[in-house]
Amino acid sequence: MYLPEKLISTSASTGKRVARRLILLGFVLALLPASAWSQLRIEIVDGVEGAMPIAVVPFAWDSSAPEPATGVAEIISANLRRSGLFDPMAERDMIDRPTRPPEVRFGTWRLLRVDHVVIGRVTDDEEGWGQEIEYHLLDVHTGRILLSQALPVAPGDLRFAAHRVSDAVYEALIGIPGAFATRIAYVVVTGTGTGEEVFELVVADADGHNPQTIVRNTQPILSPAWSPDGRRLAYVSFATGRSNIIVQDLFTGQMRTVSSERGINGAPAWSQEGRELAVSLSRGGSPDIWVIDVDGEARPRQLTHHWSINTEAAWSHDGRHIYFTSDRAGRPQIYRMDRRGDNVTRITNEGRYNARPTLANQDRFLAVVYSDGDNDFRIAIHDRETERLRVLSDGRLDESPSFAPNGSMVLYAARQEGRGVLAAVSADGRVRQRLVVSEGDVREPAWSPIIR
Amino acid sequence: MKTVMRFAALVMMAALVAACAREVTPEPAPPEPTPPPAPERPVETDRLDPRDFTDARNLDNPDSLLSQRVIYFEFDRSNVRAQFRPIVDAHAAYLRANPTARVILEGHTDERGSREYNLGLGERRGTSVYEIMRASNVPSRQIEVVSYGEERPVCRESNEDCWQRNRRTEIVYTAR
Repeated sequence: MYLPEKLISTSASTGKRVARRLILLGFVLALLPASAWSQLRIEIVDGVEGAMPIAVVPFAWDSSAPEPATGVAEIISANLRRSGLFDPMAERDMIDRPTRPPEVRFGTWRLLRVDHVVIGRVTDDEEGWGQEIEYHLLDVHTGRILLSQALPVAPGDLRFAAHRVSDAVYEALIGIPGAFATRIAYVVVTGTGTGEEVFELVVADADGHNPQTIVRNTQPILSPAWSPDGRRLAYVSFATGRSNIIVQDLFTGQMRTVSSERGINGAPAWSQEGRELAVSLSRGGSPDIWVIDVDGEARPRQLTHHWSINTEAAWSHDGRHIYFTSDRAGRPQIYRMDRRGDNVTRITNEGRYNARPTLANQDRFLAVVYSDGDNDFRIAIHDRETERLRVLSDGRLDESPSFAPNGSMVLYAARQEGRGVLAAVSADGRVRQRLVVSEGDVREPAWSPIIR
Repeated sequence: MKTVMRFAALVMMAALVAACAREVTPEPAPPEPTPPPAPERPVETDRLDPRDFTDARNLDNPDSLLSQRVIYFEFDRSNVRAQFRPIVDAHAAYLRANPTARVILEGHTDERGSREYNLGLGERRGTSVYEIMRASNVPSRQIEVVSYGEERPVCRESNEDCWQRNRRTEIVYTAR
């Protein structure tokens, strides 16, 4: 008896979405090949005690296309291991290699002390233009099939499809959606100290693969922000010698300057529906939060009117509030206002320095750059439900926190032995990763929404 | 006597600032002002009064305050400290006397804290120099403030010595 409990068939719309993503990748590739050094290598620093043992058995390759060097199962295992919540079995220890549910001998896996098994096959799809991954997640103890799916794969899109399988397995076992089928943007700086500094804005898959340089410049680039559909990036560029806010379409490569006021044009944050950007402009003499229309149709609206620094806007999950950094009380702290700029409330009281707010879990978690003195700047989460503060990082110059779209991890920038590196820590502080590039400084990470 | 003492104080100041500036790692090179057109005959520096802040030659004269173009700040502060005031005043005098001269006041911070907040802080440092110049009747069209925040450090180590040198406003001439 191996009939899947849940068989989600290939739908035409999914196929189209996959095809669209492929075109997107192609366009970006055509723009600028990424420098070899810009690829991130992800190391696990700390995992969870008692991580879930799971076996992702190498998938059968029944496709006419050449088999890639890194198999689907290997990608899934690496993803699950990186999450810190799973302890995937090494391939060489698998004494059995089932690829279909009836072939799974549960007793064997129980002896190997594995709780769950993932098996599957890669085949050519019926129309002959791409492939299909059919996979199953089985509970070794009950013998039940927890998940069965057939996933269409556009040519060249196998890695990303493996991330989608990882997401589904993660969700089935952890209870919240995975965040593997996502991308991260970051800035790589090379040539520091040579007088020919180069700033590159890079977009890569969340596991560090497929880095694409989106823009390269000799002037600073900072504050990349993903549009809610994961299709566009807003960022701050000093290409003209002054700060401007650029919106770049990753699909077409098209770049547009959306704000170039006198003074600072900084800290872009997309509204929920992707039509507006909250930004920080100092055209009035000091930085204030404004909301601008991305297409330039509506007139800019000024939300704060204060002589202090007001910057780093972050929208609440329902788009009704904006959190921001202000030093109106002398030191930077986090404030919240409604989307018209009224009802300003101070949110953080603990610590001398709270800046760069970012939210997750329906605004329950507020991650910030935190300091209780002047010298150690760390990533902390204010739990708005329990009103407790948890300092998550242990560096001296940690900054730029960015949540995974499922709220499980916070990605941030740190310095290690004089170099800029990225690090990630789980929201509970138990899992730690380090993300390094082979050359240069890496900074300003931004985790994308789930790429549909 | 009073004048002599004031001059002595200025010379000491200049020496102090020069000592400070010498330690600055030259990379990446801050944008240098365009050099003045070559003089027809060699400059007679012995005839040049370093306190003549209307004379463009003093912009390159190490004995003149006009050759000093960096104002340093305390952590998380943006007020121009008294010892740097003469430098700002000298440039204000030059700008008043040379209406076609233009400067960009580049505000910078050290690396601590968040980048976007530091953009705001850098601008505040540029603006406090701007306000002193405006108060000495320099027309606003001659001055522009641009903040680079922590993006353009002159010193790259993570210690107070370096941070001190990075917390600065640079007076950059785009036209003399």
